[in-house]
Formats: sequence, structure tokens, C-alpha cells
Amino acid sequence: MAIQRSKGYSMFKAFNFIFMLIVVFVTLFPFLYMFAMSFSSNTAILQGKVFFLPVEFTIKPYLRILEQKDFWTGYRNTVLYTVTGTAVGLFMTTICAYPLSKKRLLGRGLLLKLIVFTMYFGGGLIPTYLLVNSLHMTDKIWALIIPGAISPYNMLIMKTFFEGIPQSLEEAAAIDGLNELGILIKIVMPLSKPILATISLFVAVWFWNDWFYPLIYINNNIRYPVTLFLRNVIMGSQMAAKNGQVMDSGASVVMPQSLQAATVMLVTIPILLVYPFIQKYFVQGMMIGSIKE
Amino acid sequence: MMLILPVVYFIVFKYIPMAGVAVAFRKYQAGKSIFGTEWVGLRYIGMFIHDGNFWNVFRNTVLLSIYNLIFGFPIPIIFALLLNEIKSKYTKKFVQTVSYLPKFFSTVVVVGMINNLLSPSTGVVNKVLEIFGYQSIYFINQSSWFRTIYVTSEIWQFMGWNAILYIATLSNVDTQLYEAAEIDGANRWKQTWHVTIPGIMPTIIITFILSVGYMLQVGFEKVLLLYTPSIYDTADVLQTYVYRIGLVANNYSYSTAIGLFQSIISLVLIWMVNQFAKKFSESSLW
Repeated sequence: MAIQRSKGYSMFKAFNFIFMLIVVFVTLFPFLYMFAMSFSSNTAILQGKVFFLPVEFTIKPYLRILEQKDFWTGYRNTVLYTVTGTAVGLFMTTICAYPLSKKRLLGRGLLLKLIVFTMYFGGGLIPTYLLVNSLHMTDKIWALIIPGAISPYNMLIMKTFFEGIPQSLEEAAAIDGLNELGILIKIVMPLSKPILATISLFVAVWFWNDWFYPLIYINNNIRYPVTLFLRNVIMGSQMAAKNGQVMDSGASVVMPQSLQAATVMLVTIPILLVYPFIQKYFVQGMMIGSIKE
Repeated sequence: MMLILPVVYFIVFKYIPMAGVAVAFRKYQAGKSIFGTEWVGLRYIGMFIHDGNFWNVFRNTVLLSIYNLIFGFPIPIIFALLLNEIKSKYTKKFVQTVSYLPKFFSTVVVVGMINNLLSPSTGVVNKVLEIFGYQSIYFINQSSWFRTIYVTSEIWQFMGWNAILYIATLSNVDTQLYEAAEIDGANRWKQTWHVTIPGIMPTIIITFILSVGYMLQVGFEKVLLLYTPSIYDTADVLQTYVYRIGLVANNYSYSTAIGLFQSIISLVLIWMVNQFAKKFSESSLW
């Protein structure tokens, strides 16, 4: 009986291991495929030879993207929006979370309730859009950054973390003559580096990937982020696929599929490069967030 | 005080838009104040009740959410349970780290991948179909495939991320419980059933409440990028409809009315599920 069971169990273990390999493969495959497509020649793509590795290696798709001015302005805008958005977001979230982490704050319970309520109910797309319009923020970077400056979810994560900092440290600093702001900057923030890193990364990734708010708030395409550039490449090739033609602007024809793949690579590479180093912060944030939920 | 700025922020950007839903009951004219135009009462509410399009969009939203919940909710749990059985720490860590990578890709990137993988002329999926002797299918242009594509890509993108909580909870289940169960003669399967599952039940319940509460907020960014007019009959959802009516056709009042309808249903949903959870278990949101 015991042998029987362990036999069944080792069978299960083998299957489970294979299953995990499949999970890893399926997760990474679309990315590998895009990589292969972006470096393959037209004929190889048309003949359907491309699976995991580039066939008939070429860098033409990349050259075609990199020679476009819109791509570079898009990239520059994305970096600008990400950096500014992260700075503003982190600042606003911190000055919101810190006072709320203090039990003695007057009206704390009510404020928290009112903030949490906005997680479950909101005015919706149009009223927010009209508000942003009437504040004359349309077509400016602020339209992308200010309306979403504080995510209640991130704020609650940070508040939970602040609550874990021993009160006695802050009291000692207060006796030394530091005011609230001084305590926050000199005592609390140095102790909160992990959570500040986590929230910054959440916010930064959000801005890096954002395309919908630029789509509705930015009209002038010199202010488009690179995600909208990618969207236009995708839309362009959807049209092309429908009409059964390839994009033939310029001398050398490049398949829309490989153009798309190359742009996808260029947009994702920064995230992939930093991912191994920062992923632990994301998990950490997720864990702190779950305590309160 | 420090809080002044955040409080102003919440009032201006969260509560004023809430008051701004008043637009739904007024005939809004471009350029005028949100609050100062002609009051028309329930005209726009009546308008969508009689709008055939609206009901189709509503049905699509509900169906898409339900499919996404049925498949998207249990799969991370199963994945977490299986991953928990992997004994090698490095393998476990590696698989987990890879599994939540797609969460950090932009929706635009994911849709670019979908387009490429499913392309009728060059996509790898159709190439494989051809190898097995099937006709290639123009997946992204067929209404009948839309829901499958949507739900599959959601699972691909979020399975690992949604499993994080379960995996962490699983590693915290008291090992003494397993030892006790073993002495009582419970085999692996029974241990899973009687120790592991109860161990993660509170997490499952909370996650379920949240999933149901946010159910109607389907990943509309993805829909917006994926759909084309030829597949509106299955792909168009409430939020994309709100977007088109409001920001493409500039019918602000009508669009706000539909958005308000959706927000209220969501709020009621989350409240109901929470009441239900309170009644039947220890875990609830509030």
C-alpha cells in the first residue's frame, strides 16, 4: 500500500514538473516568437518558417522603426511622463499616507472611508474627462499625471507600512525638536525605502504602459508616448492585413508583422532588463497590500 | 497640514466627477459648465433602456465577465497548489518569477503579440493548424473567437500575478498540520483536501469578493485595441460603448448615463457579495 502510494506520488511529481515546464514555455513563447519575427526576413515569415529563432537574420524592421521621428519623440515623451508621473505620484501618495497612518489624526476613520469609497465608485469616464477639460489640462502632461496622482490602493499599502514603524522613534525625534515634516523626511522615509521602492515601481510601470489616457487627453501627436506609436503600428498593420497588402512606404518593403514585432520588442526591452532586479519589490507590495484587504 | 493637498486632490478628482454624473440628467452643451445646463430628468436613462445596442453591449459585458471569472478565477489557485508541490526551491522561484512577468507588459504590447500570433497569413497558430491539415482561421476578425481570445490572453497575462497571494499563503500553512494528518493516515490527496484547501480558503473568499465586485470592469483597454466594427456583436462592452458614445460621438450626457448605470451595478454587486460572504464565512471586506 505504501509503495503503491509513493509510486502514484512520484508519477504525479513527474507530471507536475512537466506541467511547470509547459507553463514557463507558454508564458515565454509569445515573447520569443516576437523576438524571432522581428529579426526574420520577409520570405522566411511568409513561408511560415519562423517559430523560436530568427530565420534569415535581418535588422531591417528595426532600422525602419528607428528611422521614424515619431518613435524617438514617443520614447522621449514616455520617459518624461514616467519620471514626472512617478515623482508626483510618490510625493502625493506619501503625504497622504503618512498623516493617515497616525491613529491620533482627527477624522481619520471618516477620511479613510471616503477614500476607500472611491475605489468602489466613481464618476466615470465622461465627468472626469469634462473636468480635465475645464481645468485646461488637455494636451498637457498634467492631464496624464494629476488625475491619477494617488492610487487609493497604493496609498493603503504605504499607510499599512508606516503603521509598522515604532512610534517611539518618532517621539524621540519630536523631543529633539523635529516637526512633522522633518520626522517624515529624516526618520520615516529612510526606514521605508523598500515600500517607497515598491510604490515607485508600481507607478512607473503604470506610466510606462499607459496608452488610454494619452489617447483621450493628448491631441497633438508630438506629445504621444511610445505606446501610442505602437498602437498606430498595430492599427496600420490590421488595416494592411485586411486589405491583403504589405506596408510599402519607402524603398525596402518590410512585413507589417515584423514591424509590429520590432516595436513590441523596443517598448518591452526596458521592462525586461530591469525585471529580474525589481520583481521582488512587486511581490512585496502585493503581500503588504493583502494584509489590509 | 500635510493632508491639505491630498484632500483637495480627492475632492477635485474623485468627488467632483461623482457630482458630475449630474450631466446624465442634463442636456450638456459643449463648453458650458457641468452643472448649469438644461435639466432633462431621466431622458437619457430612458434612452438606453430603449436602445437595442445597449442591451447587446450589456449582454456582452456580462458574458465576457462570467467567462473570465469561471476560467480566470480557479486557474491561479490550481497553479498555486501545483507549484506548492514542487520541492526544489529554485525551480519554484524560477517558475513563479516567469509566471508573473506578462503582468508588466502594456496592453498595447499584449495586443501586438495576439495580432502576430494569430495572424491569418503568417501567425504561428495558423501555421500549426495548417500542419495538421486544417484551414487557417482569421481569428481576430471573427465574432465567435473573440471571447476565447480575450479570456485566454487574460489568463496568460494574469495567472502568475493572481497566484502570488495563494502561493504565499500556502507556504505559511503550519507544517505540523501536515504531520498530524500523515499520522492519521491521510494520503497526499487527503492532506491537500483537508489541510491545504482550508488553509487558503479565507484568501480565496476575499479574492472572490473582489473579482465579482470588479467583474463588470472588464479589461476594456484590451477590448478597445482588439475589436473592429465587424466583431462588435460579441466584442463591444459597456466601457467601450461609453467611450465611443462619449468621446468619439461626443454625446456626453448619454454616455455618462450609461457609465453611471454600470458604476451603480458594480457597487451593488460588490455590496451583495460582501453581505453574502459575511453571512457564510468569517472573511469579508468590511
